Amino acid sequence: MNGINQGDAHRTIERVARESYGRLVAYLTVHTHDFVSAEDALSDALVSALNHWPQDGVPQNPEAWLLTAARRSLIDVIRHQHVVQASEPTLVLLQENPTEATSSTEFPDERLKLLFVCAHPAIDPAMHTPLMLQTVLGLDAARIAQAFLIAPKTMGQRLFRAKTKIRSGGIPFEIPQERDLQERLGAVLEAIYAAFGIGWDDMAGADQRGRDLAEEAMWLARVLLQLMPSEAEVRGLLALMLHCEARRPARRGPDGRYIALSEQDAKLWSFQLIEEAERHLGEAFTQGRSGRFQLEAAIQSVHAERARTGRSDWAAIAQFYEGLIRISPTLGTRAGYAAALAEANGPEAGLAVLESIDPDAVSHYQPYWAVRAHLLHRLGRTSEASDAYDRAIGLAEDPAVRRFLLEKRG
Amino acid sequence: MQFALLIYHSPQEFAMRKNDYNDPHLGAWRAYYKALVEAGVYVGADALEVPETGTTVRLKEGKRRVQDGPYADTKEQLAGFITLELPSVDAALEWAARCPGASIGAVEVRPLAPEAKRRGFSG
Repeated sequence: MNGINQGDAHRTIERVARESYGRLVAYLTVHTHDFVSAEDALSDALVSALNHWPQDGVPQNPEAWLLTAARRSLIDVIRHQHVVQASEPTLVLLQENPTEATSSTEFPDERLKLLFVCAHPAIDPAMHTPLMLQTVLGLDAARIAQAFLIAPKTMGQRLFRAKTKIRSGGIPFEIPQERDLQERLGAVLEAIYAAFGIGWDDMAGADQRGRDLAEEAMWLARVLLQLMPSEAEVRGLLALMLHCEARRPARRGPDGRYIALSEQDAKLWSFQLIEEAERHLGEAFTQGRSGRFQLEAAIQSVHAERARTGRSDWAAIAQFYEGLIRISPTLGTRAGYAAALAEANGPEAGLAVLESIDPDAVSHYQPYWAVRAHLLHRLGRTSEASDAYDRAIGLAEDPAVRRFLLEKRG
Repeated sequence: MQFALLIYHSPQEFAMRKNDYNDPHLGAWRAYYKALVEAGVYVGADALEVPETGTTVRLKEGKRRVQDGPYADTKEQLAGFITLELPSVDAALEWAARCPGASIGAVEVRPLAPEAKRRGFSG
């Protein structure tokens, strides 16, 4: 064994773990419904790979090797639990074609079922995304806890509870029926977008956690698109994330300063990503069924036009927001609509939209106060503006955003 | 449920207290307090003087031991605390993340002991 081979083996394990983790967990749990055992078995298999591959060389089919090792470990565990009788069918299943698996990757891809299980209505919606990140991507609880701003121990417990519920609660591992499909798919998309949103909001500073999570979310969306190529909203979600991602290099100045979208240098945007986003969005529109993520992507698409035309078509943006409010009247949508309408029809129009929102709902909602401050400032209502800026500053988590608002406030 | 946000400062952040009233860092703190009050979660708060002004007392084997400075000799020192009334620790962590102290020092979130326990504690 030499150092280079060992390094190669480690890199291969890392790559296989990333690409195959969800496939393997899905395949191992689809019959047992037991995430905890499947994940334990898979981590045993990965440890075993770390021990064997550097010496024996990387197997020709690493994924199948891991599956065989994980199955073996799972069978040991099940035997050990003395539930052989009850698990007889499972054991038979797990032992099916044990040799064939080492020579072929042709085991069914069950990740779609896994995604639907993670976002099942019987599971606390707050846990949909963490569960997905863990079971499909293999992120550990401590890392997920960072992103969600929850104590690592608590996140571990919540994940465990959710998995126990899946094992014992009879949540089916299946792709929902046509009549439930849109709603259930909506929950899956929401969960993926939540991961992206957290990654996006927390992208500040030297911290890499946000960036990674945004990438994981795009990975999930691509997996989902592979599995459901004809669902327009899946493409809409991917297009939305690609558009945001395209602007990453322009969101911060060289000194880490926050730069608002309207002040970004469009030359810094990634045209490759914009083009890919546009391709997916165009494809989604031809697939017929409109939806929330396509509308959000359409808004971003209009923003992206500025790179070509040099101006932003705020009236078009406001119109897409109106459509969005009809399907998804969230605080974020309404604040975004207010900002767009202010650009299109003047600050009074935007302020009127903000005033129509229940004040109790926005007492903790930072973007509302940032938009409000900006509009009051434009109207010359200086002292009210400065109060609103204070609220926005006080609710901001990102130091770069805080600095930006402090400067605006003056 | 009440939570304390225990705010730990580095020496640099303690030094910033001497800055001018218009300093953006102090502006961020004022805005943060305002947001806490407006959100209706604020119960109380106090800042502590710089750690060098502390004196630590303990009794060991019946003898008094008095020491200059704070209890623990660490880089970041307790600088103040804010008490908040919140529904859950999740909400407390959110407010801790928004605290200007979290981006250059650290903020520990600790639930306050329930009223009855506190009474027992103080005799």
